[in-house]
Amino acid sequence: MSRTLQAPVTVAFDYTRSTGPVLGRFLTGLRDGVVVAGRTSDGEIVVPPPEYDPVTHAQLDDFVEVAAEGSVVSWTWVPEPVKGQPLDRPFAFALVLLDGATRTLLHALDVPTPDAVSTGMRVRVRWAGERVGAITDIACFEPADGSAAGAGGAGGAGGTEPLAVPDPVTGVITPVSLDYVYAASPEESAFYRGLAEGRIVGQRCPSCGKVYVPPRAACPTDGTPTTDEVEVSHSGTVTTFCIVNVPFLGQRITPPYVSAYVLLDGADIAVLHLILDIPADQVRMGMRVKAVWKPREEWGTTIENISHFAPTGEPDADFDSYRHHL
Amino acid sequence: MSKQPAAVIGVGQTHHRAKREDVSMAGLCREAIDRALEDAGLTLDEIDAIVVGKAPDLFEGVMMPELFLAEALGAAGKPLLRVHTAGSVGGSTAIVAASLVQAGVHRTVLTVAYEKQSESNAMWALSVPVPFNMPVHAGAGGYFAPHVRSYIRRSEAPTHIGAIVAAKDRTNALRNPYAHLRETKTVDDVLASQMLWDPIRYEETCPSSDGACALVIAAEDVARRSPDPAWIHGTVMRSEATTAAERDQVNPQASRDAAAALWRQAGITSPIDEIDAAEIYVPFSWFEPMWLESLGFAEEGAGWRLTESGATAIDGRLPVNASGGVLSSNPIGASGMLRFGEAALQVRGRAGEHQIDGARKALGHAYGGGSQFFAMWVVGSEPPTS
Repeated sequence: MSRTLQAPVTVAFDYTRSTGPVLGRFLTGLRDGVVVAGRTSDGEIVVPPPEYDPVTHAQLDDFVEVAAEGSVVSWTWVPEPVKGQPLDRPFAFALVLLDGATRTLLHALDVPTPDAVSTGMRVRVRWAGERVGAITDIACFEPADGSAAGAGGAGGAGGTEPLAVPDPVTGVITPVSLDYVYAASPEESAFYRGLAEGRIVGQRCPSCGKVYVPPRAACPTDGTPTTDEVEVSHSGTVTTFCIVNVPFLGQRITPPYVSAYVLLDGADIAVLHLILDIPADQVRMGMRVKAVWKPREEWGTTIENISHFAPTGEPDADFDSYRHHL
Repeated sequence: MSKQPAAVIGVGQTHHRAKREDVSMAGLCREAIDRALEDAGLTLDEIDAIVVGKAPDLFEGVMMPELFLAEALGAAGKPLLRVHTAGSVGGSTAIVAASLVQAGVHRTVLTVAYEKQSESNAMWALSVPVPFNMPVHAGAGGYFAPHVRSYIRRSEAPTHIGAIVAAKDRTNALRNPYAHLRETKTVDDVLASQMLWDPIRYEETCPSSDGACALVIAAEDVARRSPDPAWIHGTVMRSEATTAAERDQVNPQASRDAAAALWRQAGITSPIDEIDAAEIYVPFSWFEPMWLESLGFAEEGAGWRLTESGATAIDGRLPVNASGGVLSSNPIGASGMLRFGEAALQVRGRAGEHQIDGARKALGHAYGGGSQFFAMWVVGSEPPTS
């Protein structure tokens, strides 16, 4: 058996990005099927345009249209594409110098094998079927065979006249999804395994004598590992609490609910849990509560085996008995 | 070896709003930077190093944003550092920047802190469920509300004190053209607002803002050329464990220790008599009386009496958050630097309509995480004497 309990976690959110006027100008161009570069004060033609001039530091406002076709300056092979990359089959990442630009653009190049790509080869933009004003409007680059630039493109003539920009792009959505495996510490894992047996197990710090529930790899006060196992009571005292009335994205419990610090008898630190079986506005500091366990067949290695805490009916604890836990 | 004198010679900030969809993250930072540089009478080319601060990366979903921002911030070819200490980051970033000057490493340091909250959802980002744990977390408000309840119980404060703070700070913000929420509020308005995280009401809660703040910190020879430098008299950072048996969550040890060290450094023996203006990090209204006690402006249990007496009003004995504070503008990463910058504006006599007449010494304060990171400084209109 592994010392640590593990569980998968996904953290995902569709972030929005305000592009500002410069990147907005570039993305507006992509939506309209043209590649817009920026001319910097030192005469470079840069794709995408930098937001601020590298020499004068002023916001860039000199835009030029460059071709949707150019030459490979350097490249690397991607034999095993991963999720989220531009292509789902082996491809090259290439630095492409578009005709009319002086700085390269990094993008994917769709070729079947590394033998099919070489420095200096001519390539052109393959536009996405539907263009929305994002870098992915360039689906990828493809070898140029001498015919006109990719279907759907409005041009790429290398002109220097700034286009009119009706309905400019001002924002993009950037979905981010992070998958990882969460591992509880060995000490916490012992706590969760205890819960799977209906026990609440803490550990005493051998230096300061405080009982930590859950136990810690190191006592936060003196750094000593908590080692001596102590089983604590299923009853305790509400030290303090909050009534959550506000709904929010990702919330697992429907408000209103009482989130409370419960100091279990025998422990020296409170655990955060839910209080039920009493109207929220009647929950009190000092209220005596006991764990209400879910049916045993629903248990796992989690503190959620305890459905909630409910009043015991005992008299409230004296304030002085828990004031040093606030 | 003692520190070299250093001063704030430029302060810049954005117009803080719920959504600044007209600018990118770089554009937001540059708005504050360009104003700070103009105030300092310097250009980016005259800056030796740049220090960036912002709160957790999950807030915008950009890992190490200082890297992609480097060129826009004018940092190419210069030292660029990023600081991260949760909500206190704006304060600790300013302190790191000041340290680079005080240590004699650089003569002019630009520091900027920002948050673009509209690009994400901080409540979500602070409440991602952790496996095996009880999913009862409910953002920063849910975290701090139980500790506010503890303060009320321990101090036996009347329950309307929080509303006094909220009404004061929101009304102060009417004098600050950069503030996000600028609205007259009465104590009754606040008390009538919805209870979000009981005992914290809607109007006792900071907004979610897009914004940035920037400071130019200079060595003595550069600062002497400024017409109105804010001299740095003391800087302190302290941290402690988020959870520990019998940890004082209302008045954390690290906060008390930081304050004691700060007053000692700044040569201040009676903070309430010697500080003319305080910009204290108050994201939820009750933290005003809580920090007044922790910082030593009032005895333990008596902070609320100072608030109730009107002493913290803009015309009071110790004006607190004359700018409107975090309760009126909260671009999280920048919120601490705004406190530090507003303190500098006060002693420079440059705070505009929220200027405290004759302010000579001011406190800038920030805290973060689960009240576990603290950053604070004292700035003065005159150079420190020791």
